[in-house]
Amino acid sequence: MGSLYTAVTNIGNAVKPNDPAGTFFFLKLFTISDGTMPSFFVFVSFLGPLLGISLGFDSINSEQSKGTLSRILSHPIPRDYIINAKFTGALFVVSVMFFALSFLVLGIGIMVIGIPPTAEEFVRIILFTMLSIIYVAFWLNLSILFSVRFKQAATSALAGIAVWLFFTIFYRIIVNLITKVLEPSKLASPRQLFLHEKLKFGLKQIMPNELFNEATNILLVPSVRSLGPLTMEQIQGAIPGPLPLGQSVLLIWPQVTGLIAATVICFVLSYIAFMRREIRSR
Amino acid sequence: MTQNIIELVDLTKKYGSHLAVDKLSLTIKKGEVFGLLGPNGAGKSTTILMMLGLTEPDSGTVKVCNINSTNNPIEVKKRVGYLPEDVGFYEDMTGLENIIYTARLNGISGDDARDKATGLLKRVGLSDAMLKKTGKYSRGMRQRLGLADVLIKDPEVIILDEPTLGIDPTGVRDFLELIVKLSKKEGITVLFSSHHLLQVQQVCDRVGLFVKGKLLAEGDVQSLSNKLFDNNAYTIETDLSLPSSRNSSGNPKKCTTTGLKEILQGVPGIASIKKKNDIFQIECSHDLTSEIARTILKSGANLNYLNKKEYGLDDIYYRYFEGGVNHE
Repeated sequence: MGSLYTAVTNIGNAVKPNDPAGTFFFLKLFTISDGTMPSFFVFVSFLGPLLGISLGFDSINSEQSKGTLSRILSHPIPRDYIINAKFTGALFVVSVMFFALSFLVLGIGIMVIGIPPTAEEFVRIILFTMLSIIYVAFWLNLSILFSVRFKQAATSALAGIAVWLFFTIFYRIIVNLITKVLEPSKLASPRQLFLHEKLKFGLKQIMPNELFNEATNILLVPSVRSLGPLTMEQIQGAIPGPLPLGQSVLLIWPQVTGLIAATVICFVLSYIAFMRREIRSR
Repeated sequence: MTQNIIELVDLTKKYGSHLAVDKLSLTIKKGEVFGLLGPNGAGKSTTILMMLGLTEPDSGTVKVCNINSTNNPIEVKKRVGYLPEDVGFYEDMTGLENIIYTARLNGISGDDARDKATGLLKRVGLSDAMLKKTGKYSRGMRQRLGLADVLIKDPEVIILDEPTLGIDPTGVRDFLELIVKLSKKEGITVLFSSHHLLQVQQVCDRVGLFVKGKLLAEGDVQSLSNKLFDNNAYTIETDLSLPSSRNSSGNPKKCTTTGLKEILQGVPGIASIKKKNDIFQIECSHDLTSEIARTILKSGANLNYLNKKEYGLDDIYYRYFEGGVNHE
């Protein structure tokens, strides 16, 4: 709500004449900020992991410690129903919440500024919402994995938050450190410089939050044309202008695939661990 | 009635280097109340978990109702009700809702589930509390709710893991009575795991003694005691004093062990006479109670106390443990 308010109050300043991105006026609602409040998508990238962790961290181990797990599993239901339901249930909640939030922003946006979004903007917003859901699903699965792994709910919550902190703060520092050490001299060949930039980019791609940020950037700011390093050769002759939707989606395809893959890996690991384990009472 | 409903063959389970269940073979017949008796950590719960397919055995096979529990746990769980040691319920739901939920897990839906759950809750004596949240239930109420939870699927076998732990004596009695009634009336096989000897003795047809993952003995209480105390299955406790010799304060003097031995010299079949806590314990091969009494009275001594001791499960249990220690 707060971010929507700042977006609405700042929208007037944001629109500049002859801005190539001016056609995507409506998307600014999601990205704009005057510095006092972060914008909507920053909010999502920040609170999404916390939401996922809080929904999943006690899914299995609290059932165990309440003694309900062994009781439920003594009834004729396949064991994987439980973990599947834990995942899909939470995912459903997240989906409903994010769609509701997005449409709320959309609706209030229309009411306040009086301009409906174009079809492309609408599709971009929907894609952004789905991307957020995938992002939260990753953290959800990670915390389900921890909840299968650790007996105490507190341990799994802390482990989840630790991973999240590591990726948001410490991993970035580590990457900076590594790239600093490996930094080639200014006289190095362009090829070396390019490889260095590639490495820097590649290292950052391991972070799920970086993947999400890049993908949302491309989706919500259509004028962003590339994520990795570009050579002068590639830029030459390019006309500054927004990318069409298809091209934006093409650009973020690796990021989205990476996020989905990480989600699936977490789920598979927790699935295997849960299926093989012994269910004791309390 | 002679059909085997639970068959365990050479069942083994290891946790690291610790052998929890060691080549266990056991058969339980249909309609029986079988008591699994053993100290804590004997592997009772592990065995039960393997019967339900909640953990995998390292070797050996488990068959319940002729279905392999390891490969096909769902079919087994359709027929077997399991009440875990410390059963938990969703605390923000009422007792009735919890039972309806399990009814639906068992494929009973809608009004059927509600009717059946209400009926069962009445039967286990929770009709007053069924609309209360289970978070407010006492331990005994939770166990009874657990029994309703087990009975909702009309099981052929009920497995109870330490069901009476933490219930007050009247609660225990009611609970045990309910189980026996069920078993007799509906032909349900009951497997009852406990370290509470008296309770097992009260309700079980047959008992298996379980120590360190091995089944030491099985059979009914009588045959177990015969097996254990083989020749000297009878112990007669007695206390007597000799009126002919008085001590300084004028009371009849207590008889000594040798004195009693002299008195009972002529009685055949006495294996040993021991004095324990001022009471003589006479072990003999058959029931010599009246003969001993007659002999003592004839000798002119005063008979203060005479008791034929029956071996209960606790004697059997302790005897086994003594035996176990001696073997090592």
